[in-house]
Amino acid sequence: MSAPIVELDAVTAAYRERRVLLDVSLRIEAGELVALIGPNGAGKSTLLAVATGLLRPLAGVVRLDGEPVETLERLEVARRMAVVPGAANLPFATRVEEVVALGRLPHEDPFRGARPADRAAIAGAIERVGIGHLLGRDARELSLGERQLVLIAMAVAQAAPILILDEPTVHLDLRHQVEAMELLVDLNERDGTTIIAVLHDLTLAAHFFPRLVLLDGGRVVADGPPPEVLRPDRIREVFGVDPGFVRLPQPTA
Amino acid sequence: MATHGDTLATVRPRVGRGGGVRDRPVLLLVLGLVALVVALILGVGVGTVAIDPGDTLRIVGHRFLGLDIPVTWSPATETIVVELRLPRVLTAMLVGCALAVAGATFQGLLRNPLADPYVLGTASGAALGAAIAVLLPVRLVFLEFGLIQGFAFIGALAAIYAVYKLSRIGGLSPLTSLLLTGYAVGSLLAAGLAMAMYLSGAALRQIFTYLLGSFDDATWPRFLATLPIILIASVAIMLRARSLNGLLLGEQAAAHLGIDVRHERRILLALATLVTAAAVAISGLIGFVGLVVPHVVRLLVGPSARLVLPLSAIGGAALLAYADILARVAGGIPVGVVTAIIGAPFFLLILRRARTGYEV
Repeated sequence: MSAPIVELDAVTAAYRERRVLLDVSLRIEAGELVALIGPNGAGKSTLLAVATGLLRPLAGVVRLDGEPVETLERLEVARRMAVVPGAANLPFATRVEEVVALGRLPHEDPFRGARPADRAAIAGAIERVGIGHLLGRDARELSLGERQLVLIAMAVAQAAPILILDEPTVHLDLRHQVEAMELLVDLNERDGTTIIAVLHDLTLAAHFFPRLVLLDGGRVVADGPPPEVLRPDRIREVFGVDPGFVRLPQPTA
Repeated sequence: MATHGDTLATVRPRVGRGGGVRDRPVLLLVLGLVALVVALILGVGVGTVAIDPGDTLRIVGHRFLGLDIPVTWSPATETIVVELRLPRVLTAMLVGCALAVAGATFQGLLRNPLADPYVLGTASGAALGAAIAVLLPVRLVFLEFGLIQGFAFIGALAAIYAVYKLSRIGGLSPLTSLLLTGYAVGSLLAAGLAMAMYLSGAALRQIFTYLLGSFDDATWPRFLATLPIILIASVAIMLRARSLNGLLLGEQAAAHLGIDVRHERRILLALATLVTAAAVAISGLIGFVGLVVPHVVRLLVGPSARLVLPLSAIGGAALLAYADILARVAGGIPVGVVTAIIGAPFFLLILRRARTGYEV
């Protein structure tokens, strides 16, 4: 069997003195669609920072396709995983299509410049995310939700085997939330992209993601299909709310 | 440079405002080069002794291109053109190019539209260096470089080095820390400069003249000694345009786009500082070019550093060459005063027109 596309092996990570991840092990196989869930401060974003190689763990190893991430060049990591940025604080006026084109930087030929493949990837991402109507506008003048879509399109244009998203739906209205989820499923099914997303909306996560990883206090407390992970007693214990607030998809008869 | 074939410039739908020139960087490049040639002819022609443009072209062709042109001009004209005016115009262009490239780099690197080549303390470092050189009772000349130029160069480099080292202490984000440290170190050096000027007595005017910036002392050896530093460092910056583009979305996003942010930041900081220090050493402190030119270029072609850097180089060269012509026509006022007088209102006008909201 081949190595998992992303693997955390007994990872402990900290920001300064504060330990945020404690001995976390996680295997994600190529082609999986995984949602990381858990209360604020559970370590979800830290897990992503470690998985992308931006935060070096105190202990343990992160491997991409079996190779330790710290031995890989940034460029190599960027060709394997696209990460949707949390925010777009652009210092200068930048058109929507120019932001999307940034996704091609890891593939850009420094001497020959953009090739047809780059143009096709940019146009394709714009079309798939459905932001054609925003072209030509300064990305800084868009609403937070529109900006979020532009950043997702940028990561889609990067066309990496792994796509990582941290709270991709936080600024989106309901229709766009569902559309974003459908896009992730489509990328997963049609392109075989491995998707790892941090989500707060448990209903969305349970509806669209076949595998949920529940973090609490820096540890993985449950990992599996939604009905198994989101057991009522666990929701009450981990999130401290009435499980009635979470609607699980009804099993299809 | 690669003006087409830039990834950021691939999708160019004809919608939204500001279509026009934004889609034709090559046209801008050509216009810029024409402006440079005109500036060269005008710059050589204007002065106490006016030189006929035809003579300028013939002398340049004869002396530098080895063309077989019959000598119809006086030896005095040739001396004025070759020994006085040409080095002056070329120095103005070189310094303009340097300041604009350095400004574009600092703005991109610090992700701050208000950044200019002097933002991290280069200016006060160079000024203090020059002031100390004036106060020292020693006179040294090497390749026509006096103590002032040498000390200004070293002062600028030392200031940035101190800022960079000091900024790495403490818990702020690297960018904020760098900017604040630059401000603090700059203020400290400015206090030192004020002290030096207070103590300078009769030498005050000499320090002051240097601070205002001018090309009165431009000579071939000074030009030729600075040329390779500025040219090589500028080209090295342009070859790293991809890193600056990645930084548009922030340092984390840049890392995710495959850029080794720490490494690139260190190299770009060093290159931009070298360019600035070389420019400051031969011309003193000339403001506004490094701030205004990159912004004007961005408004025309968008934020891609691949286009912004080379076009800023040309734009900066042209702007400073024309500013120097104006300074001479106006009776020899410091060129830094001219760039401020033209630059500030022009910048305000552009910002109003552009309506792009350059809030920080």
